[in-house]
Amino acid sequence: MAGGVYEQPSDYIQHHLSNLALGNHPDYGWGFYGGDKVADLGFWAIHFDSVVWAILMGALFIGVFASVARKATADVPNSKLVGIVEATIEFVESTTKDIFHGRNPMIAPIALTVFVWVLLMNALKFLPVDLIPYTLEVVFGVPYQKIVPTTDPNVTLGLSFSVFFLVLFYSFKVKGFGFIKELSCNPFSFKNPVLQAVFIPVNLFMELVGLIAKPVSLGLRLFGNMYAGEVIFILIATMTALGFSFFTVLGGASQLAWALYHLLVVPLQAFIFMALTLVYLSQAHEDH
Amino acid sequence: MNVNATLLVQMIIFAIFVYLCVKFVWGPIVAALEERKKKIADGLNAADRAAKDLELAQENASKSLNEAKQQAAVIIEQANKRATQIIDESKAEAAAEGDRLVAAAKAEIEQEVNRAREELRARVAALAVEGAQKILQTQVDEKAHSELLDKLAADL
Repeated sequence: MAGGVYEQPSDYIQHHLSNLALGNHPDYGWGFYGGDKVADLGFWAIHFDSVVWAILMGALFIGVFASVARKATADVPNSKLVGIVEATIEFVESTTKDIFHGRNPMIAPIALTVFVWVLLMNALKFLPVDLIPYTLEVVFGVPYQKIVPTTDPNVTLGLSFSVFFLVLFYSFKVKGFGFIKELSCNPFSFKNPVLQAVFIPVNLFMELVGLIAKPVSLGLRLFGNMYAGEVIFILIATMTALGFSFFTVLGGASQLAWALYHLLVVPLQAFIFMALTLVYLSQAHEDH
Repeated sequence: MNVNATLLVQMIIFAIFVYLCVKFVWGPIVAALEERKKKIADGLNAADRAAKDLELAQENASKSLNEAKQQAAVIIEQANKRATQIIDESKAEAAAEGDRLVAAAKAEIEQEVNRAREELRARVAALAVEGAQKILQTQVDEKAHSELLDKLAADL
């Protein structure tokens, strides 16, 4: 993308941080929009690139794992792929057993989906920032493309709110009315019913804030880490836009170093997301 | 950084992928892994049992070997005893047979001697008569002198 298209490095950064949105623009009608116009689309628009890449990564996960699962036998694993898939599943299974003590067969597959999907979406970061957006722009004329779905708060919050609804669902399923009681009679609980009644609104307020904070922090943590990393990648990429010089070499070296650092960040954030999902679901199953 | 319907779409996609994961990934693989665990546990148990069986079999084998050795020693001893016995018996028999043969031979010899003596005795009279005829140049009547001749033969 370097070479005269952008007037300032900030334009380049702005461009690379913009999603390709599909929506109804008040002035221009239905279509794909990017940059400043995305905000004008309002709520009823979707980030087309985020959704497509998220589906691609999810399909990759399901495709690879299901192909292994279809041929899964109790015999000796006959390929490295089978070994990797089985190791991943055993890792998720043992983590689930460590954190989640209830008996719910749905929890471990949810954790597996969260872990591998987030890991794959995060891993798109390892592709050079311009590789796919530039190719798409030159070949297909796609003006905007942000390929890492987890740098889109919609994606991470979508995941975390899905977890949140699962938490609500299981809380009601396991505890029933006890869940309401848990929200309204904590942290201030009294034997005296009148005093208790006075404190119910206070308790409810505090507990609900705590409850809502869980999915918001879960989603924003992942988003924040991934978005910050992406911004640094793009910033480093601007170095090479200055023409071939000392900065080109420095930029390349920095990209490499930052990518190596992300070998740590990418799986770690995926793991944290999965672990917290398990913790929240575990709390939903615990009856006090 | 706009929050929009992507959020809802993402939730729907998530639900779909969880469903696919439960149906096509988790179930079959975990079932296979459980089965493998069981298989390995069974294999290890079988190996333990086999090792125990082997130990037992070796013990049995060495026991029977010792028994066989002892029996063999007893049999050899008996055979040796029997052999010496047979040799001794044979020796005794042979000696007895020898003695018997010697005795028989001696008896025969004696008989032979006696017979020769009788024959000699019988022929003595004739020889004496013949000798006397030659000496006397005359006929000697055997009948006439038979009493004398018998007396001579009896003296021999």
